[in-house]
Amino acid sequence: MSPTESRGATFELDPGKPLRRAPVLDVANAPFHTISLLVRNKPGVLVRIALTFSRRGYNIESLVVSPAISVPKWETGGATPGNDSDAQPGEFSRMTITCSGDPDNLEQIVKQLEKLIDVVHAIDHTGQAVIESELVLVKIKVALKERTEILQVAENYKAKVVDYGPDSLIARCAGESDKLDAFIGLLKPYGIIELVRSGKILMARGLETT
Amino acid sequence: MNAPTSLKTPTGGEVVIRCLEREGVEYIFGYSGGAAMPIFDALVDAKVKLVLVRHEQGATHMADGYARSTGKPGVVLVTSGPGATNCVTGLLTALMDSVPMIVLTGQTITPMLGKDAFQEADVTGITYPVVKHSYLVKDARDIPRVMKEAFHIATTGRPGPVLIDLPKDITQGPCSAPYVDTVNLPGYRVPGRADSAKVRQAADFLSKARKPVLYVGHGAVMSNAGDAIMRLADKLGAPIVNTLLGKGACREDSPINLGMLGMHGTAYANKAVAGCDLIMAIGARWDDRITGKLSAFCPDAVKIHIDIDRAEFGKVLKPHVSLEGDARLVVEDLLPLVHKADTADWWKEIHQWRKAYPLKYPKKGGLRAQHVLDRLDKLGGRDCIITTDVGQHQMWAAQFCLTTKNRHWLSSGGAGTMGFGFPAAIGAALANPGKKAWCVVGDGGFQMTLCELATAALQKVPVKILVINNSYLGMIRQWQELFFDNRISGADLEGNPDFVKLAEAYGVPAKRVKRAGDVDKVLKWAMAHDSGPCLVEAEVVKEDNVFPMIPAGAPLTGMIIEKPKTKMEKPTGST
Repeated sequence: MSPTESRGATFELDPGKPLRRAPVLDVANAPFHTISLLVRNKPGVLVRIALTFSRRGYNIESLVVSPAISVPKWETGGATPGNDSDAQPGEFSRMTITCSGDPDNLEQIVKQLEKLIDVVHAIDHTGQAVIESELVLVKIKVALKERTEILQVAENYKAKVVDYGPDSLIARCAGESDKLDAFIGLLKPYGIIELVRSGKILMARGLETT
Repeated sequence: MNAPTSLKTPTGGEVVIRCLEREGVEYIFGYSGGAAMPIFDALVDAKVKLVLVRHEQGATHMADGYARSTGKPGVVLVTSGPGATNCVTGLLTALMDSVPMIVLTGQTITPMLGKDAFQEADVTGITYPVVKHSYLVKDARDIPRVMKEAFHIATTGRPGPVLIDLPKDITQGPCSAPYVDTVNLPGYRVPGRADSAKVRQAADFLSKARKPVLYVGHGAVMSNAGDAIMRLADKLGAPIVNTLLGKGACREDSPINLGMLGMHGTAYANKAVAGCDLIMAIGARWDDRITGKLSAFCPDAVKIHIDIDRAEFGKVLKPHVSLEGDARLVVEDLLPLVHKADTADWWKEIHQWRKAYPLKYPKKGGLRAQHVLDRLDKLGGRDCIITTDVGQHQMWAAQFCLTTKNRHWLSSGGAGTMGFGFPAAIGAALANPGKKAWCVVGDGGFQMTLCELATAALQKVPVKILVINNSYLGMIRQWQELFFDNRISGADLEGNPDFVKLAEAYGVPAKRVKRAGDVDKVLKWAMAHDSGPCLVEAEVVKEDNVFPMIPAGAPLTGMIIEKPKTKMEKPTGST
């Protein structure tokens, strides 16, 4: 199964219409859960997190890690309040994990993640209004007569052509995962040579914590 | 923050040992090896005492026994590679039963990490699933901070084992980092008191219950909640039942304590749980040995769950009220808020069950383990520390040896580790000079760690070993008899040594008992032998079964109190 099919995406044929995902209200039946974590940037933290999933037979669908530069002050008080709470560069990381599975077990997984010493917090954002985004790089085989069509698709999806060769091109597109699913679906008939997706990142709206 | 006092810059190994001393560590249970030599070298001049074991697994169980019997963390020091991997079973045992432990492992020098150096193993990698937390120290300056954090993590919240992997160049080289007295662990929370609105809600439920049961686990032992629970039970008129690990939190000889519940618990404890209208778990986790078939477990009863680990709420079942906090503090907060309920009818029922289904065993047909353990209890055993191994003898000891004091019953519950009992008793005896420590072991489990006879003999640890010898893995044989058409497979321990001669070979005095009439004499001899270890081998009937029994996966009401006449279905529950 291609990544697109496994997501069960429906292809949006009118790219002009803004693709905004409505909040998933039926949390219990949401096919995918997105969990955000603030972690201490320590060796082994990723293994501990991965083991929390694999021990229960859960597969991580996507995982994005990056350094965190801002950390809420109240999170860094530690066991001794009043300690220096300014995060040093490289001290914390952000992770966004997408996975599927039954909600009771996922709730248990999130609780077990929170128990890990190096995890500052873990939040399941399923059903919440969040801003989410993903990046994809697609390498497409380009026959001469299809070149214009492909460029039109790219333009409609606000994708940038970042490599332009005689037989192929690479398009870069960012946005919600559904939008990328649709974009990839439209390019599929032309022959996708390679495809790399970054995995989903998200941020809670307003003053909510991610 | 004060610098080390010595003028010469100490080695990393010396700083490790100083840190242990600053934490008040009395004993290290260890076994040496190349990668740990700088730390062992630092022990020569240290106040902390080394107990040299004969196998690393023994060291972990000794530290475990030390920790369970005191509440202070047990400390293990081993070398790299096989020394460290031999600790994995002990780590699992400690993690499953929430026992604070610090395991220091030697490691190859940092430039050789990952290069398959001699006796190198990815120890942090191997142990991730069996530790509460772990460290690989790659900079000597981190040693004081890591040591401070390790003790904090091991002993606070839900306790557990912490492993520190120490490369040899780190412990051999200089370390001038100052000692630290505080920890900064963002995101690590230590719950104390529970949410007051939830406490009031729980108190309302408790005050309304007509058939309440208090279900007491290891968390109550660890937070020393026994007195508060007894007062709560008195005020509510509620019976207490305890788990295998909860033995001793509340006196088992009290009339309001119905003893152990679960798979091999007392019939009246299980009947009370099956018939209750409210059950409150106090530091217990609805283990599958307790609930049996989950969907049939107290389906109509109100469930209240007190736990320091919020991940336990909803892990097995969803409670009506979850109280996150220290068991003693939560129960103390509940006390003034509850009202005495009318539970007279409930007690009438319970008294009937107590009368109708007492613990019993056949009096004829040779020496029975139950008789030996019953006599041990009557001859002062209930004031001693008792450790057990795993199997039939463990369940019989749990049934017949009442525990009346906190931290006096040490048994591997969650992991069910054979080989635990004897080394754990050594650790407990060292930690509690002046108290008598018995270990009740089977002939199977004892042989897994009996090399520690040398340790006990050398250190003159006054541990009293009671080997219940039926020449079988008795619990396995019991299941094969009941559920597998008596097809005995891998359970016959033919070829056992002569345990008396074996003990004597280590310089440990030993006696054998084969007749019920001789039991008291031999137990009294052992009880009085306090100058060092001694061993009693009880040759008991080979084929005997532990009852009552709730077959794994069956509901509590499926409890059997004797061998059924008809063939039984294979159990569906876990093991």
